[in-house]
Amino acid sequence: MGFLFDRNTWQEIFGSISKNRTRTIITVIGVLWGIFIYIALSGAAKGLDNGFDKVFKTVAINSMFVWAQSTSMPYDGFKTGRPLQLKLEDVKTIQNRIPEVQYIAPRITQGQFGSEPVYTVRGQKYGSYVLNGDYPIYTKISTKKIYDGGRFINQEDIDQARKVIVIGERVEQELYNKDENPVGTWIRVGSVYFQVIGVHKLAQGVSFDSDSAMFIPFTTYQKLYNSGDNIGYMCIAAYDDVDVVQVEKDIKTLLRNIHRVDPKDERAFGSFNLGEAFSKTMGFADGLTFMSLVVGIATILAGVIGIGNILLISVKERTKELGVRRALGATPAEVRNQIVMESVFLTVIAGILGIILGAGVLALINSLTKDIDFPYTNPTVPIPYVIGALVIMVVLGTLIGLIPAQRAVSIRPIEALREE
Amino acid sequence: MIQIKDLHKSYKMGKNSLHVLKGINFNVEEGELVAIMGSSGSGKSTLLNILGMLDELDEGSYTLDGVPIKNLNETKAAQYRNKFLGFVFQSFNLINYKSAAENVALPLYYQKVPRKERQEKALKYLAQVGLKEWANHLPSELSGGQKQRVAIARAMAAEPKVLLADEPTGALDSTTSYEVMDLIQKINDQGNTILIVTHEPDIADMCKRIVHLKDGVIIEDKKIEQVRAAKYV
Repeated sequence: MGFLFDRNTWQEIFGSISKNRTRTIITVIGVLWGIFIYIALSGAAKGLDNGFDKVFKTVAINSMFVWAQSTSMPYDGFKTGRPLQLKLEDVKTIQNRIPEVQYIAPRITQGQFGSEPVYTVRGQKYGSYVLNGDYPIYTKISTKKIYDGGRFINQEDIDQARKVIVIGERVEQELYNKDENPVGTWIRVGSVYFQVIGVHKLAQGVSFDSDSAMFIPFTTYQKLYNSGDNIGYMCIAAYDDVDVVQVEKDIKTLLRNIHRVDPKDERAFGSFNLGEAFSKTMGFADGLTFMSLVVGIATILAGVIGIGNILLISVKERTKELGVRRALGATPAEVRNQIVMESVFLTVIAGILGIILGAGVLALINSLTKDIDFPYTNPTVPIPYVIGALVIMVVLGTLIGLIPAQRAVSIRPIEALREE
Repeated sequence: MIQIKDLHKSYKMGKNSLHVLKGINFNVEEGELVAIMGSSGSGKSTLLNILGMLDELDEGSYTLDGVPIKNLNETKAAQYRNKFLGFVFQSFNLINYKSAAENVALPLYYQKVPRKERQEKALKYLAQVGLKEWANHLPSELSGGQKQRVAIARAMAAEPKVLLADEPTGALDSTTSYEVMDLIQKINDQGNTILIVTHEPDIADMCKRIVHLKDGVIIEDKKIEQVRAAKYV
């Protein structure tokens, strides 16, 4: 392989590829286009991937909601259609019995799922909003961005059943003037006054709560509505590495057991599994990445075949030259090396140019999509992909180059020279 | 320098076999200037190709400078060609994207001569054929006679044992032909062995020996009084 580092080899290669500029440029464009498509596509797919990642960052990926419905089968002496009610003890039981559960936040809510929203008044302004009774652990499952100076419900609020409230962005807009700071002010919810402790910003991307939701401590809600141990639904986050679908099944089986529901009654408890939805979305992004990989590699392949094709024609054109070279003492190996090196050299140059061009286009896309509301972030191509593509190109370039090289060698010098 | 004994060569064309050389016996001493003459189809080019190791013989033996030339693979043949032989073709066969100097340096490249030395030698041989000022010109910028002189310089650059010329003046007008022959004679004067295939009697007369081929056999092999080409230049 010493010839690779010989300046003379390179001079010969340069000489012959700079001889026919048009041929060289067209050849290079073929591969350049291939690698460009590859980089641009996989970068774009990665951008979408990153975008989804960012969207889901605000919630625990492996999370789900579970709520009670009514039975659809008679069981254990109960008739069908019995309404079910989740209780606070259920939360404890789940936490104790199902180790895959990381966080579990019970919540009781008014104003959602058909119940009346809560009439809320501040001075002359009023509106009707969703009211949630929450535990602080809820923020572990769904991140709450609280505007400057405010906070979410904390443990002391729960312990003392404080009359404090976190309001949504729209609530703030409707009840306050623009320059007012709601934190510390009082609003009337139903018939009780609450002190506002924070305004939550609507999370970009996935959010469990609308911007018109309000949050009060669970214990306060219990007192206010005399709801006892009833809860509306549970927000549950499983550990990252567990099968969230299985956890969902386990939880529902457990709940059926506790509430004496037929184990086959699938409709007794409802659930929404965000982890499953997330993995579907990520599966889509993965599919896109895979597709872009396939398309990109196919395009590179087409480009490299183009190089082989053009070299084959050029070998035909250069039959005489190669014959002369061999008459002058070029061994078949030297001729073969030269043709293969030309192929590899063109491929690599084209590849590098394509990578640069692709990176440029990705940078452009990045700056264009920065401020739009679309799950698209930081389109990049992982370095191993780039190196992989380069390796593929060198290997393919060598293999493809071998075809014209073999052809060049198979023509005997005398035949080459005879050709007029 | 060259010993050929009972050389046979035939080409297969489909079912027919064309017997081109039918027993050639032929020796060339060092320093000879031999013209191989014959009409087309007489086998003179085939003989030259075999001498040039561009083609293989069927029967007989060929010894070049004491080395038996037989059963060569392409690599070995290429090395021998590079070491022993210089070629001059009718159609010059210069590489059209290389300058005159680069063309001359090409056989040296295949001899693995270092670049700098290669350039020096190329210029030296170009100077010998009187084309030093044209070193950086492409073949397309040279006249036919100049091209052939570059080709001769290229053939000489490798310092071969034997110079083989296939119709070196075939593509040139007579004045230019004589210039080229003058150059060949001068190279011969320095002691180089040269074989020229030609069908022009005036060119053959400028050699020291004429070998006449007809239908694959030597019908005449005579030493002659050399006509100096310089007279006509």
